[in-house]
Amino acid sequence: MQLKLDNNVNQFANEIEHLSGCSISDCYQCGKCSAGCPVGEFVEESPTRLMRLIQLNQRQAVLNSKTPYLCATCTTCSERCPMKIDVAKVMETIRILACKEGLRPAVKAVSNFSGAFLDSVKSNGRLFEFGMTVTFNLKNGTPFKNATIAPAMLLKGKLSFLPQSIKNKERLKNIFANSSYFEDREEKKEH
Amino acid sequence: MAYGYYPGCSLHSTAKEYNISLKAVCGKLGIELSEVEDWNCCGATPAHTTKEELGVALAYNNLLNASRQGLEDILAPCAACYNRLKNASYAVKHSPEVNKRMNELTGGVMERDMKVYNILEFFRDIYGQDNLKAAIEKPLEGLNVACYYGCLLVRPSKVLNFDDAEDPVSMDDLVRLIGGNPVRWSCKTECCGGSHAIPETDIVLELGRRIFTSAQAGGAEMIAVACPLCQANLDMRQSQINKKFNTDFRMPVVYVTQLIGLALGLSKEELGFNSHFVSAAELLKK
Amino acid sequence: MARIGVFVCHCGENIGRTVDCAAVAKRAALLRDVVYAVDYKYMCSDPGQNMIKDAIKEHNLSGVVVASCSPLMHEKTFRRTVTEAGMNPFLCEIANIREHCSWVHEDKPVATEKALDLIRVMVEKVKRDIPLDPIRIPVTKKALVIGGGIAGIQAALDIAEGGKEVILVEKSPSIGGHMAQLSETFPTLDCSQCILTPKMVSANTHKNIKLYTYSEIEKVSGYIGNFNVTIRKKARYIDETLCTGCGICQEKCPQKKIPSEFNEGLGMRKAIYVPFPQAVPNKPVIDREHCTKFINGKCGLCEKICGRKAVRFDQTDSFVNEEVGAIVVATGYDLYTIDKKTDETLKGYGEYGYGKYPDVVSGLQFERLVSASGPTYGELKRPSDGKVPETIVFIQCVGSRDEAKGVSYCSKICCMYTAKHTMLYKHKVHNGQAFVFYMDIRAGGKNYDEFVRRAIEEDGAVYLRGRVSKISEENGKLIVKGADTLSGAQVEISADMVVLATAISAQPDIVPLAQKLGVGYDQYHFLSEAHPKLRPVETNSAGIFLAGACQAPKDIPEAVAQASAAASKVLGLFSSLELEREPYVAKVNESTCVDCEFCLTACPYNAIERKEIKNRKGEVIKVVSHVNEGKCQGCGTCVSICRSKSIDLAGFTDEQVYSQINALFV
Repeated sequence: MQLKLDNNVNQFANEIEHLSGCSISDCYQCGKCSAGCPVGEFVEESPTRLMRLIQLNQRQAVLNSKTPYLCATCTTCSERCPMKIDVAKVMETIRILACKEGLRPAVKAVSNFSGAFLDSVKSNGRLFEFGMTVTFNLKNGTPFKNATIAPAMLLKGKLSFLPQSIKNKERLKNIFANSSYFEDREEKKEH
Repeated sequence: MAYGYYPGCSLHSTAKEYNISLKAVCGKLGIELSEVEDWNCCGATPAHTTKEELGVALAYNNLLNASRQGLEDILAPCAACYNRLKNASYAVKHSPEVNKRMNELTGGVMERDMKVYNILEFFRDIYGQDNLKAAIEKPLEGLNVACYYGCLLVRPSKVLNFDDAEDPVSMDDLVRLIGGNPVRWSCKTECCGGSHAIPETDIVLELGRRIFTSAQAGGAEMIAVACPLCQANLDMRQSQINKKFNTDFRMPVVYVTQLIGLALGLSKEELGFNSHFVSAAELLKK
Repeated sequence: MARIGVFVCHCGENIGRTVDCAAVAKRAALLRDVVYAVDYKYMCSDPGQNMIKDAIKEHNLSGVVVASCSPLMHEKTFRRTVTEAGMNPFLCEIANIREHCSWVHEDKPVATEKALDLIRVMVEKVKRDIPLDPIRIPVTKKALVIGGGIAGIQAALDIAEGGKEVILVEKSPSIGGHMAQLSETFPTLDCSQCILTPKMVSANTHKNIKLYTYSEIEKVSGYIGNFNVTIRKKARYIDETLCTGCGICQEKCPQKKIPSEFNEGLGMRKAIYVPFPQAVPNKPVIDREHCTKFINGKCGLCEKICGRKAVRFDQTDSFVNEEVGAIVVATGYDLYTIDKKTDETLKGYGEYGYGKYPDVVSGLQFERLVSASGPTYGELKRPSDGKVPETIVFIQCVGSRDEAKGVSYCSKICCMYTAKHTMLYKHKVHNGQAFVFYMDIRAGGKNYDEFVRRAIEEDGAVYLRGRVSKISEENGKLIVKGADTLSGAQVEISADMVVLATAISAQPDIVPLAQKLGVGYDQYHFLSEAHPKLRPVETNSAGIFLAGACQAPKDIPEAVAQASAAASKVLGLFSSLELEREPYVAKVNESTCVDCEFCLTACPYNAIERKEIKNRKGEVIKVVSHVNEGKCQGCGTCVSICRSKSIDLAGFTDEQVYSQINALFV
C-alpha cells in the first residue's frame, strides 16, 4: 500500500470536521477506541486506522470502508477517547456522507435494514416489525433470514400482522421530506 | 399527577412483557401514566445513521407532542427511545441552530424543557427508593442477578448523565432493594450488538456469547435488563448462540420491571413471564 | 539644554529587513534636542558600543536612546556602555524597534514610521530622566528550603556546604520524599535508598542545617534578602529531645490496621509510628485520627511503656520565626488520582477498576511491592492473594496526555520507570512475562534509550503500541483489553497484575503556599519559573527559587541538577554584602500626603507603611505613607490611586509618561 500525499492532505479531514463537529487533528492514534470496540474483530479497518486514513486524505478508502456500517453505535469509543473525540459521531458522519453521495453502501445488509426500518416508520409513523423484516429480507435477497424465530415470536404474541398507525402523518411527511443529511455547523464554528 | 409515558414501538410488540409488567407495577404502586398522544417512532439507530437531522427530528416530535399535552416528565422505559429522546432534548437545548431547524421541520416550538427519564432513574429519583421499599411484599430472596445496562442507558454520559458510565449501580441498587443479589461481573455496559440483530446476526451472537460467559462466571442465575434490544438479542438468540458456539447457556433475560413486580407480590402471569424464550419459571419456583 | 544621541541598530536582518534604519537615523537626527543620530548593523557588538562611548564624549551627550531589541535583552549592556563613558546608567533608554516593530510588521514604510515614533517617544522620556542610584539592601545570609525530598535535601546540602546556614522544612514526619519509596532507580538500577540515605543523614547532622520535620510554612513576609518566615511545628505528641528512637512504643501500640502512607496503602502501620526504618529523624509521631487515647482516652500504652517519658499527649502545635535571605521551594509532586471520585462521577478511570480490583496498582505501589523495605520485603506478591504474578501488564500514560480524564501534559518519567519495572519484575520472577502498553517511548536522556532497549531485548518485555480500553476481572485473572496500533489489532491479555503509570500532578496543597510566597503557578498548579529557558530556577519573586518536581514533572537527575542550580543561585545572592536593585520605586511627597491610606490597601506587595513625622520635641505632627524600597516593585498602582497626587515613580514620573504620550501626537 502506498499513499500519495500532497498539499491538500488536510482536505478530507477538514470536510469531516465540518460535517461532524469533531476535531480530526486531535487524534494521536492511541488506539483506545479500537481497543474497546465490540465489533473490533469483525472489521478490517479499526476506528483508529479509519481516523488515520481521514487525516491522510484517503476519501475513497474511508467512504468505502465497512467499519462505519458495522459500527454498533455503542459509543464506547467516544466515552473513553482521551482527546474527547466523538469517534462514533465520525463513523456516523462517514456513513451519512457515503449515503448522501449515492455511493454503493459498503455493507448492503446494514444499509438495507436501515432503509426497511425507515420505510416502515415513514409510512406508519411507528415501526411495523413484521412488515419491516419481510421488506428487509426481500431487499437483501435473503427471504428466509430469521424465519426460525418469527413463528415463535408470533406465538408469544411478540409480532403483529397489522401495523399501528399514527394520526398526524402530515408532520411526519414533512420531517422525512425536509430533514437534511447534516446539521448546519457554520455558525457553531464561529463561537 | 400523571407522568408522561412514551412506550415506543418495541413495547407494543417484541417487548410487550416490558409494557405489561411496567403497567402492572405502576398500577400496584398507584403511579399514574399518561401516554404521549399520537407518539411516533423515535427513529432508533437507522434514523441518525442515515440523516443527522432525521435522528433528532423524529425524537423531537414526540417531545413536542408531550409538551403540548401539558406533560413535563416523560418516562421512556425503552433504553433506545430514552437515549434518542434525551439526545434530542440535549441537542435543541445546546444548539440554537438545531432548535430552529427542529421547529421548522415539525412546525412547532416546544413550550418547556421536557425531562426524560429511564426506568431506573424513574424509580431512583422520581418514585423514590424508600417508597418502593415500603411496598415490597415478597422479596426476591437472594436471587443472583446480573444487572445488564448495555450501551444506551449510560452512554454518552455527557448527554444522559444519570449513572457512572463505566460502573453503573442504579439497577444493582434497585435489585438489591427488592431482595435480589446483584452479582459482580464485568459486562455491565458491554454492547449486545443492538440493531445489528437482523442484518449482522453473527456479530450479535458473538457479543451475546461474551455477555453470557461473563454473567455465568459472575455466578448469575439470570440477567436483568431495561432495554428491549438487549432483551431480544439475549433471550431470542440464546439458542442460536448455544448452537453456534456449542455452549449450554440457559439464562433467563428478564426486564427489571418484571422483578420489581414479583417483589410487589404480583403473579408471573400479570408480569408477562410467559413471553420469554428462555423461561424463568424453573428459577422462580424456588 | 538636553543633548540626546540616538543609535539605531539593524540587528542584522532582524530589524533591517522591515525598518529602513538609515532613514530612521537620518530623520531622528532632526528631532528637537537630538544632536547626533547614527545607524549600525550590530549596536551590541564592541564596535557598536564604542560608537556610543565615542559619541558621548565627542558630542557631550546628556542622554542616549538606543533603538534596538527589547530592553530585556540588552538594556544592561548599553547602560554599562554609557557608564564606561562617564554617564549615569539611567540616562540611557531603549526604544524597542524589534519585538514591538520589525518582528510584528511586514510593510516596510509603515514599520519605518513606527520605529521613528518609538524613538521620538523615548527621546522625550530621556530628556526628563534624572540620574538615579541603584537601591542597596542588606542580605540575611541564611536560606529556607521548603520540602525535604531529594531536591530539597540536595539544595540544603549544597548551600550548607557553601558555608551558609539553611533551614530545611518538611511537612511529613521524615525527610526523603518519594525517592525514599522507590526500589531501584533508572537508568543504572542502583538501590534508591542506598544512594539517598547517606544524603538524608548528612542533612540531619550538618552543622549548617537546621531541620524541621512534621512542620509547615505558616506565613511569609518580607522581600529578597530579608524574608521573615513563620513555621508551624505540628504536634508530634513526642518530646523529641527525650526520645531516643528505641521503637518500643511502635512495637507495643495495639492499633495496627492503619494503611501506611509510605507503603502506598499496601502495608499497615501503628498509630504511633516512624514511617520507615531509615526515617530521618528516627522519632515517632502519633496519628491523632487513629490513636485510641485520642479517640476515647482508653489506651495510653505508649506513654506507660516509654522509658524516657517522651510521650506528650498534651503537646500542641508550636510556631517558630526564622529570618532568611532566600527561599528554595522544593515541594515535589503527587500522583494523579485514578480511582473514581465520588463527587465527580465522570472523572477517574472507572474502566481500569483501580480501587475495585486490588491487583490493579499504581507505579508507586509497584515500587513498594518490589522494595526490600516494602510490605512483602522485596518479594513480589500480588495484593489480592499473595500469588507471585506470572503475567504483568504495565499501562503507560494513565492520566497523562488525556484531556478527557486527566491532564494534557506528558509526565515525562513514566516511560523510564515502566521500563525499569519490567526489568525488576524479570529479575525477580524469571518466568514472568511483562507487557507494556505505550503510546510513544520518550527516553531522551543519557543512557535512557539504551535502558529501554535493554528491557525489550534482554529482559523480554513485550511493548504494545496502544492504549487499554478496559480491565475486567474473570476467575481471578485480570482481563486487559487493549490495542496494538502497529499491527492494527485488538489485544486481550489475561494478567495476574496490572501496573498503571499514573500521571504526575502538583501537590494538592501547593496553591496556598504559592500564594503565601507570591510565586506564580500554571493551570495544573506547577510553580512558574521566571523564564522557561533562561531563568529556569528563579521565580518572578526575587529571592525565591525552585527545585525539583514542584515546577514540572522531573526525574531524579534533573531534580538534583535543578536543586544544585538553585543552591548556587542562593550562594551567589549571599556572596554580596548588599543587594543592588533598580531604583524604579515609588516616592511619597510627604508635604502633600494626606494619609488617606488608599495606597496602603492598593499596594500588591505590602510595600507601603505608615510613617510618623515628629517635631523636635518628639511629638507626632503628621502621619504619611512611606514606601519600603526593598519591597516596592515599581508597579505604579499607588501612583494611579493617590488622590492628592503625592506619589510618583522614579524613572517613570507622570511628567515623563505624559510627555511620551504627547510625543505620539505631534
